[in-house]
Amino acid sequence: MAGQKPMHGPGPRGPRGPKPKVKNPGKLFMRLLRYIGKYYAFHLVIVVICIFLSVLANIQGTKFMQTLIDDYIIPLTRQANPDFSELARAIGRVACFYAVGIIAAYVQARLMVTVTQGTQRRMRGELFTHMENLPIKYFDTHAHGDIMSIYTNDIDALRQLVSQALPQVINSAITIVGVFTMMLLLNVPLTILTVAMVGLNIFVSGKVGAQSSKYFVAQQKSLGALNGYIEEMMEGQKVVKVFTHEEESIEKFNELNENLFESANNANKFGNILGPINNNLGHLSYVVAAAIGGTLALSKIGGFTIGKLASFLTYNKSFNMPINQLSQQLNSVIMALAGCERIFALLDERSETDDGYVTLVNVKRDGDKLVETIGRTGIWAWKHVHQADGSVDYIELKGDVTFDDVDFGYTEEKLVLHNIDMFATPGQKIAFVGSTGAGKTTITNLINRFYDIADGKIRYDGININKIKKADLRRSLGIVLQDTNLFTGTVMENIRYGKLDATDEEVIAAAKLANADTFIRQLPDGYNTVLTGNGANLSQGQRQLLAIARAAIANPPVLILDEATSSIDTRTEKIVQDGMDKLMHGRTTFVIAHRLSTVKNSNCIMVLEQGHIIERGSHDELIAEKGKYYQLYTGNLAET
Amino acid sequence: MLKTLAGQIKEYKKPSIITPCFMILEVLMEMLIPLLMASIIDDGVEAGNLSHIFVMGGLMLVIACISLFSGIMGGRFGAEASTGFAKNLRKAMFENIQTFSFANIDKFSTAGLITRLTTDVTNVQNAYQMILRICFRAPISLICALFMSFYISPKLASVYVVAVIILGLFLSFMITRAHRYFSATFEKYDELNASIQENVSAIRVVKAFVREDYEKERFGKANTNLSQMFTQAEKILAFNGPLMQLASYGCIIAISWLGAKMIVAGDLSTGNLMSLLTYCMNILMNLMMLSMIFVMLTMSAAAGKRICEVLNEKSTLTNPEHPDYDIPDGSIVFDHVTFRYNDHAERPVLDDINLTIHSGETIGIIGGTGSSKSSLVNLISRLYDVNEGRVLVGGKDVRTYDMDTLRNEVSVVLQKNVLFSGTIYENLRWGDKNATDEECQHACQLACADEFIERFPDGYETHIEQGGANVSGGQKQRLCIARALLKKPKILILDDSTSAVDTATDAKIRKAFAEEIPNTTKLIIAQRISSVQNADRIIVLNDGVVDGFGTHEELLETNAIYREVYEAQTSGSGDFDEGGVA
Repeated sequence: MAGQKPMHGPGPRGPRGPKPKVKNPGKLFMRLLRYIGKYYAFHLVIVVICIFLSVLANIQGTKFMQTLIDDYIIPLTRQANPDFSELARAIGRVACFYAVGIIAAYVQARLMVTVTQGTQRRMRGELFTHMENLPIKYFDTHAHGDIMSIYTNDIDALRQLVSQALPQVINSAITIVGVFTMMLLLNVPLTILTVAMVGLNIFVSGKVGAQSSKYFVAQQKSLGALNGYIEEMMEGQKVVKVFTHEEESIEKFNELNENLFESANNANKFGNILGPINNNLGHLSYVVAAAIGGTLALSKIGGFTIGKLASFLTYNKSFNMPINQLSQQLNSVIMALAGCERIFALLDERSETDDGYVTLVNVKRDGDKLVETIGRTGIWAWKHVHQADGSVDYIELKGDVTFDDVDFGYTEEKLVLHNIDMFATPGQKIAFVGSTGAGKTTITNLINRFYDIADGKIRYDGININKIKKADLRRSLGIVLQDTNLFTGTVMENIRYGKLDATDEEVIAAAKLANADTFIRQLPDGYNTVLTGNGANLSQGQRQLLAIARAAIANPPVLILDEATSSIDTRTEKIVQDGMDKLMHGRTTFVIAHRLSTVKNSNCIMVLEQGHIIERGSHDELIAEKGKYYQLYTGNLAET
Repeated sequence: MLKTLAGQIKEYKKPSIITPCFMILEVLMEMLIPLLMASIIDDGVEAGNLSHIFVMGGLMLVIACISLFSGIMGGRFGAEASTGFAKNLRKAMFENIQTFSFANIDKFSTAGLITRLTTDVTNVQNAYQMILRICFRAPISLICALFMSFYISPKLASVYVVAVIILGLFLSFMITRAHRYFSATFEKYDELNASIQENVSAIRVVKAFVREDYEKERFGKANTNLSQMFTQAEKILAFNGPLMQLASYGCIIAISWLGAKMIVAGDLSTGNLMSLLTYCMNILMNLMMLSMIFVMLTMSAAAGKRICEVLNEKSTLTNPEHPDYDIPDGSIVFDHVTFRYNDHAERPVLDDINLTIHSGETIGIIGGTGSSKSSLVNLISRLYDVNEGRVLVGGKDVRTYDMDTLRNEVSVVLQKNVLFSGTIYENLRWGDKNATDEECQHACQLACADEFIERFPDGYETHIEQGGANVSGGQKQRLCIARALLKKPKILILDDSTSAVDTATDAKIRKAFAEEIPNTTKLIIAQRISSVQNADRIIVLNDGVVDGFGTHEELLETNAIYREVYEAQTSGSGDFDEGGVA
């Protein structure tokens, strides 16, 4: 049954299992950089320069503070009439550096807004555009909640990565390299010592981080379990009440809640202590450097002086800071990369292929010949450019559909339809009946090529549908699905969805044909009433009427109808039925039927069982046959 | 709001108090470290005093150890306090929701309750942790640094005060402005996500109407629009960092200049100047931190408010003081019952209903959408309370019974029914915890569910997925009926519970009811006449009033609505249904 029925409505939101480990973070990061670089290479270069300038200004500032006392203030104290002009000049110089630093920081922040928002916009746009091109199969096999989460959680993680982590990584890298060089110049052994201390720091952080992420995964898991339970219980809250099951539900909840507390507590604990550990290991590094450096300087080994030690200690401090920042950022970077992986995975999905070259065009009659025109004529034809010799044929669109020995399976291993043969001449009504899973919906999904057949041929007006451009094929088919999907917007816009350039009058005419006009006029704003949440403010029957109107306005020669099974009251059902009947009039119709009247009025009834057509014929013929159809029919009328 | 929330800290009061203590200790230690560092440079390195370096270094290590210890303790207790608080909030909400009546549940909506129990709690948890760990840290660090600066030199410290005031003003100005932009933007953001959601679930419609390009264009416009709004808001925030730098660099320059003059005049030592400069960053960073905390707190305040709404909600139904635990029989009487969902509603949903149903009768209920069929039966098990009149079960007002007793004796199969994840047995035992396997199977036989369950590879041990996603509509309905039967109730109510079951099976279920549980009063709401026509009597509801009450034959004679429905259905719009097992 997998893939048989489309999944409807929002999928589960809350629980998403523990985040999978990113397979190749480096490669992924490079891909992301390439993606950003494609549009914002120039921006990024400037950003790097700006970060460089900021770091430089900062280093200059630090240097100034060291020299301030020794080179300016101390000499001044020795002068009888202190001349502050030298100091003023020095301060002026450093002020210039600071100004450059501030401007660079602003330019960087401002450019990053553009880069971040731009990347986010493009990414979202590309995701959406690509998603629209994906085959139906993708939507069958991916939970809607997971798809949505790419647009919300993953894009958000990406934003943070680009706007915060990326500049910080660059900044830290530049600082680390700069400070490291300065330290090397001052004293090699002490530098090695400092690096070793940093190594220790990274080692300890790694240990704590590993603990933290272990518990983090556990936390995500118990959070998923609890959220899943909450969702289930809230959806079923009324059932809980009816069965007086409150205590049992609290009991199970407490257990899951306690689990979450345990793992969340541990995850947070280890997350929280990372900062203090990093900081204080930094302090340790400082003390060790001071002690050893002091010994070195006082014993005058290797020309190391006290002045140099003072500078070195400042660098020691600025060396530890970016490393701490990086180690604390690491977790969120990994999380964001996991999100990126899912974003790219969607972008890498194969689009729906379309090799069709037969197109649908407007034609007018010229004698017994059809001539292509640009204006709307009401007559349509298939324009068939023969690939062999380039000659063009026009075949009038009539709505003649044949299935020739068609096999189909959602997966290659398992066929769900076997040897389907059938034909519908223009204006005929073909009904499919049979139990759930017999393959009724599947057959109709093959006509509009939501799925491609495994074997056999489907012809439309004599043309193999694989040769017809998908967009044109689908445009010639009207469809009313069992579960109605409406869009946020006015009633008018929803009906117009079937034909975008329809005038208001055409919309109203279509609504009248579908018996929807009466109820629409009773809505607060009539045709301008805004529908939200899939028409949440309408009844099931009213939503169906709108779907019928939407199909009617497209005026297609072939219709696919999936009658709703949900119970609507008899009066509304009659109105819907009338609307459907009017829509079907004069069109080739494939209907997945649940109503006796629909079945009875069909030209041909196909009885499906486990992917085979087991009986076919008109109502009277099938009754006389006394087979499965007879059984269904009499079972239905058992008591009337 | 704060009082309600604080009431849930409970056993986590201790860590909630300990955490800030340790955080303060950590801050104090962190304040001392720059002093020691300065001393190492000034009195140790510069003076060439190695032993001073060792003494101060040793002291610094001790202080670093205390700081590390406090940091770890603060982290540990902070985690415990905040996650424990979150646990208590969830627990309190969940338990209160369990006492909710249907009216309370309707008020909040399922999605609303889920958000409150999940995202909102997480937000409050994070905010609480921040309050305990940083909210104490940042101001104290700020005040300490200011205090130390004043101690060293009131004149120079006043530079910081000026900087703090100016920076504070700018920050709050920017934050309020950006906040306004952001809240407008987030609304748009939600709309955009809603439209993606729509496209995902309606992808078949989009593709069937070849509207991919149309949707792409629409999305592209909304996306660009949103992006522009976000850029506007973030542009303001881009000033944050540079402004902060401006303030700190300004301070450094001012202090250097003024400090130099004071040193020359002999009013300040060089070491003190260095310390002052160290505090500069400290003060401004903490101010920045405070402004960020402020933004985050205002954001989570909304979550806290939503949580309080649930915590403070009182159930609209309460058990009587001296409840009656004995329900003598399954008779039902509606005595001048009037009911409205909303006290302010003009027209009642049920208007002056008078009915007498005898114990053991089978009653059909029929009527169009909105004719209040469900509302009528929901009053019997006291899922809602009547506004006027009374409902009697077993001759006594339902409001005198213990609610659990009443609901165990009056079993309702709801129209919108739910199965839970777990095996079929587990689901069935919702009706009766102690039911044996045989009893479960018997209930399934009555509900005609045995035939498909036995065809599952795992039979009764088959795992049902959340919401019953892996069984068909008809199968789900039959399982729900079986579950209700296991209660062995005196009254059984089926609210449109066989709509997805094929008519033959439907008839079989009703036949089994008549034969196996003859003494149970059965109320059957249905759209199909065939489901009710063999009932002892049938109620025809129309717009909240009883339009007719009698046998099938009587109603055909006397009731216009009933006749109309009957004729419409027998003339050929019956169901060719999904059951497929017939």
